[in-house]
Parts: sequence; C-alpha cells; structure tokens
Amino acid sequence: MTDAGLGDTWWWPFVMILVAGWLATDVWRWLGVFAGGRLREDGELLIWVRCVATALVAGVISKLILFPQGILAETPLALRLAAAGVGFSAFLLFKQRVIVGVLAAEAFLLAGWLGLTALQGGL
Amino acid sequence: MARGARAAVSIPAFILTAAFVGYAGLARETGLTLAETLAMTGLIWALPSIVVLTGALSSGMGLIPAGIAVALASVRLMPMTMALMPIVKVPGKTRTWQLLIASHFVAVTAWVFAMKNLPDMTREGRLPFFIGFGGAVTAFVFCMTGLAYLLVERLPDMVAGALVLLTPVYFLCSLWGAARVNADKVAMAAGLALGPVFFVYLPGLDLLWTGLVGGTLAYLGTRILRRGLF
Repeated sequence: MTDAGLGDTWWWPFVMILVAGWLATDVWRWLGVFAGGRLREDGELLIWVRCVATALVAGVISKLILFPQGILAETPLALRLAAAGVGFSAFLLFKQRVIVGVLAAEAFLLAGWLGLTALQGGL
Repeated sequence: MARGARAAVSIPAFILTAAFVGYAGLARETGLTLAETLAMTGLIWALPSIVVLTGALSSGMGLIPAGIAVALASVRLMPMTMALMPIVKVPGKTRTWQLLIASHFVAVTAWVFAMKNLPDMTREGRLPFFIGFGGAVTAFVFCMTGLAYLLVERLPDMVAGALVLLTPVYFLCSLWGAARVNADKVAMAAGLALGPVFFVYLPGLDLLWTGLVGGTLAYLGTRILRRGLF
C-alpha cells in the first residue's frame, strides 16, 4: 500500500476523517439538496421519493432489531421482536405518543431479560 | 431558530446521546484518540458511516477504499435529503447555501423528527427551526460523546443492551407518526420486511435496495389503488 508510511503520522487520521469521512458523507446530502430542489411538494415524484426514503429507514429499523450490535445480540430474537411489538402497540393505543412506546418496549425487554437470567441461574 | 434549539431537549436528542455514548466506548476500545472521535462526530454526523470509518482507521485501510466504504454507507442520506427539501424550502426565497448548511444535519433521527413536526409549522419558520434543532442536538451530542469517552469505562451489560434497543423502537413509532399518506405506511411495512432479506442476500448495498424496491412497490401499489391501473 502506498499509504503504509503515512499511517504513523499524527495528521493522517484527520486527512482520512476529512476526505473519506466528511466528504464521502456530505456529498450525498449536497446531491440531495440539488436533486430535491426541483421537486414539487404535491408532485407524484415526491411521493415516490418519500416512499424510497421511508422504506430505507424502515430497513434500518428491522436490521437493528433482527441483527443488533454488541450485547443485545445475546438476547433471544423472540424477546426483541416481542419488545418492539409491545412498544409499537402501546404507541398506537396511547394516542401515538412516542415516549409511551419507547418506555413500554424498554420495560418489556428488561423484564424479559431479567426473567431469563433468573431462570438460567436457577437451573 | 431558538425555538428549534429549545425543541432539541427531547426524546430524539436523548436517544442519539445514548447511541453516541455507546459509540464512545467502541472508539476508545479501538484506540482512537479523543480528538479523532470528536472530529468524526461533528464532521460526519451519521453513526453508520462513523462506525465504518472507525473500522477503516483501525485496520489501516487506504484513503480510497475507506472513502468508498463510507460513501456506500451514506447513500441513504440522498433520498432522505431530497424528500426533506420541498418541506423546508420557501420557493423563490430560500438560498441554496442555506439548504446546503441545513443538509449537514440530515441523519435518520433528525429526519424522522423533521418529517413528523415541520409540516405543522409556518413555511417561513421551518428552515430556521430545523437548523436550530440540528445545531443544538449536534452540539449537545458532541459534548456528551467527549464526556463519555473520558468518563465511561464500561456500561453494565443490561444498560448497554437497553440503549441499543432505544433507537429502533423510537424510529418505529415516530416513522409511523410521520406518515402523511397511505403510501408512506405501505412503504414502511415493505421496508421492514425487505430490509433483512437484502441484508442477508446483498450485504453492503442492502439499504439502498430496500429503499428502491420497497419504496417503488409501495408507490406503485398505492397509486393503482388511488387512480386505477392507468
């Protein structure tokens, strides 16, 4: 690699962060500004773009629940799905208040997790 | 703008803070310095891209491959920014450079919050609100990431696990709340179902495919319901 000697200097990580991090990320936001500038608020094209963006964010959600990072990956999949389901149902039941859904899901997860840990400890 | 900053004291700010506190631990374990961690938080401001670059830095990856990996992780920001533009813009008045500045704050959390809350405001108030909100959340999370890097040795397992679940549940509820037409809700269901499929079969570009395929199916399906086949 041509970069091999550069890896040891103090400033090289910051060049990486500026070019491979900041530029590589913000360029998509800038492209979005230019491409989105011509969209009409009531147009069919905008409905499609919203659908694509919404489906994409929904994909992030199911990935985070099905394939979580770190310690959460050690909980059973059924417990995570149930916690998310309980949270979303609570959100719908209580006038779509986000905080209610989040707290219900967390309470369910922690209760289930503690219960499972206690069961395993008892065996 | 001040109203946006005040609104930043909110659930999304708390959830982002939790996510970045978790990241600070990862950054320290990986061997990044405090300055590097903070530079990434402020400049990139999109957690998946930050995690990808952290991996690239620790493995000594070259500039070009690392840039491509990060760019692939960030493509999703483009359709999100596109969908936001007609909402924050005052036609004929808003300058492009103002939108370019505002676009830096587009990340999943702020986007979901903006799509849900901005349409209820006056058109002139939306862009200042979004910049105030984005700036305040970024500044707060920036400071908390630094503090967490310095102070938090290791979180107890259950606390760490509970923090990780916060993000998807928050997205799930507020994305549903942000849906304005049926097409949005169908798109959400399609994305939830397709996300894991593409993740298993086409890792790397999976989110882009989820968005394009799921979003297009949802759009076409609801369009046929609205207008008939032709």
